[in-house]
Amino acid sequence: MRLLKNCNFYLLIIITIMCKWNVTHAQSPTGVSNFTGNFEINAQTYKADSAIEAPAVSEKILSNGFLNLNYNYNNFSAGIRYEAYQNPLLGFDAGYKGSGIAYRFASFTSDNLTITAGNFYEQFGNGLILRTYEQKSLGIDNAFDGLRVQYVPFKGVTVKAFIGEQKVYFIKGAGLVRGIDGDFQLNDFLPGWDAKKLKIALGGSFVSKYEKDNVASRVLPENVGASAGRVSLIYNKFSFNGEYAYKINDPSLNNHYIYKPGQAIYLNATYAKKGLGIKVTSKWLDNMSFRSERGASLNNLSINYLPAISKQYTYRLSTLYPNATQPQGESGYSGEIYYSLKPNSKLGGHYGTTLSLNASTVSDIYRTPASNDTLGYESKIFSMGNNIFYQDFSVEVNKKISKSLKLIATYIYQVYDKNKIEGKTDYQQVTAHIAVVDITKKITPLKSIRLEIQHLSTEQDRGNWAMGLVEFTVAPHWAVNAFDEWNYGNGDSEKRFHFYNVGFSYSANATTIGLSYARQRGGLLCVGGVCRQVYASNGFNINITSRF
Amino acid sequence: MKRILVVALLLMNIYAVTAQNTTKNTDVASANVKSVEGKNINTSTFNNDGKPFIIDFWATWCKPCVAELTAIAENYNDWKEETGVKVFAISIDDTRTMASVGPFVAGKNWDFEVYLDPNSDFRRAMNVNNVPHTFLFDGKGKMIAQHNSYAPGDEEKLYEEIKKLTGK
Repeated sequence: MRLLKNCNFYLLIIITIMCKWNVTHAQSPTGVSNFTGNFEINAQTYKADSAIEAPAVSEKILSNGFLNLNYNYNNFSAGIRYEAYQNPLLGFDAGYKGSGIAYRFASFTSDNLTITAGNFYEQFGNGLILRTYEQKSLGIDNAFDGLRVQYVPFKGVTVKAFIGEQKVYFIKGAGLVRGIDGDFQLNDFLPGWDAKKLKIALGGSFVSKYEKDNVASRVLPENVGASAGRVSLIYNKFSFNGEYAYKINDPSLNNHYIYKPGQAIYLNATYAKKGLGIKVTSKWLDNMSFRSERGASLNNLSINYLPAISKQYTYRLSTLYPNATQPQGESGYSGEIYYSLKPNSKLGGHYGTTLSLNASTVSDIYRTPASNDTLGYESKIFSMGNNIFYQDFSVEVNKKISKSLKLIATYIYQVYDKNKIEGKTDYQQVTAHIAVVDITKKITPLKSIRLEIQHLSTEQDRGNWAMGLVEFTVAPHWAVNAFDEWNYGNGDSEKRFHFYNVGFSYSANATTIGLSYARQRGGLLCVGGVCRQVYASNGFNINITSRF
Repeated sequence: MKRILVVALLLMNIYAVTAQNTTKNTDVASANVKSVEGKNINTSTFNNDGKPFIIDFWATWCKPCVAELTAIAENYNDWKEETGVKVFAISIDDTRTMASVGPFVAGKNWDFEVYLDPNSDFRRAMNVNNVPHTFLFDGKGKMIAQHNSYAPGDEEKLYEEIKKLTGK
């Protein structure tokens, strides 16, 4: 009581609200309160296999795992993620070693305001100046730890602002990042625009990072700002979206401490009607590595996301030569066509056929010497250099042959600058032709058998590969598969290895358990143009995922 | 004066409690996604006018996801006619492939409601580990069944669950 007597009016209000809130909590039988979460563990045994350069692992078994636990009560939510890398799987940075609460947040949403404290992921526009995300398979989790506010003053306008430090493994980077973004859907709020066929959206963002100048030999900018503007237009079946980003000078380990500003432009145009879809993309970027710590390397502490523009392939042999974005500079174009041939037509067959075609080319930007050494070089927007980093062309035919037989046939042509993309020096440019036939036969309504035959031919690198896969599934629970990748065309006859995998998985409701034995080749694992080195390995793997 | 204000405040809180009691009891988590036509929508508003609905997480680069949605698409007209079910297909394609989603869906002739979740906000809110992950909700938004991964024939099991819900 003494406290109440002495406290000021505002404190009284706060206490009243809190008391009232507690009563609300207890008395509200219809309030929605729940715990949800998910879980994954990935454990692997390792046996040294010197032929394929699979190293010996002293622990014999390594594992990565996590558990998310989220609580929701009406407009309030909070969550934590416990992560355990005991010890990290081969190919994941040793920085992950250990366990602990790697992510925690609390958030409150009212009709037009969301406030988050703690860890959060965020993306502005296409991500050219800001995207934090998690991609467990790549070991990426660059969440912020700080405060974020999202406000919708009226329909069609969203403003987001945040401040935070960035996560790297279980610790935080040296920099502090601040950002604001505005998104304006004009048709939602301009009088009379609601029914217009032309839909226009505009957006703008600004992100700034602060890091103390701690290098004695140089004068470094402590605050580095980046801004971006974007536009999206939709008219009937056509759409266009474009974004331009500019970053002031940002000397870093990545750009060898040059003082040149960075720029990026990303344009997409699409046409889509029933049975036909077309997309063309253009991207040009220069010196756009943007990290919250100047000395960071690998995939650590990236503030922005620079997507690759080529198609993302997933068949085994089509992942040997993956396209990875070169943040220092690249220029590229790509196009895709998706088309359905009608059922009961001459070409489409009884059930119809779908086709997809794509082509892309990515090369270096054109650089000229700079007037001042500290700027590194000069470049003009949309300029293309002579060095081709990556090119591809692919065609895929997806056909239902009969009620129980489906076929996917794919041809892919790739040109790949192994030196540039994998950071090596003594390789030739690789030209590869890949063919894949993927057949699924339904034996009974719930039992199926699937066959994949793949071939890659190239005169460079490790020469030709062949692969066969067979998979037997019983819906909705069981899958058994076996495959063998054979590098039969390796120029060194001692290295014509087989890389094989035998596995099964059981899936029920929200849980999937997979067990496999594999002799796995090394290489790059890429998602979205961001890659991680995978080491060759030999051993058993168990993977369990679940949600609740 | 202060007392009057406090009483007013209490009354406002009671009003807030009453208002809160109308909160929808749905198992669909809240996140912001974008339709391929560029409209922003909050996922907690997903519904099918009292009929069951499916939320399917997928990506253009995910072969099993495309196989599953193709299998559902082949039967979708019959399913809609018999049970009124609706499919919300949530693409987790990020900026790299997000712009392909519209043309991809058009080229496949899919008739689903397709939304973009480029930074996986909705995927995380639903605690989905990987794609494909399929949820079935009843007309009130209560989660009835879910399935991770895809094997040919899963769609038959899913349809059995939908029929159970609609008493067909």
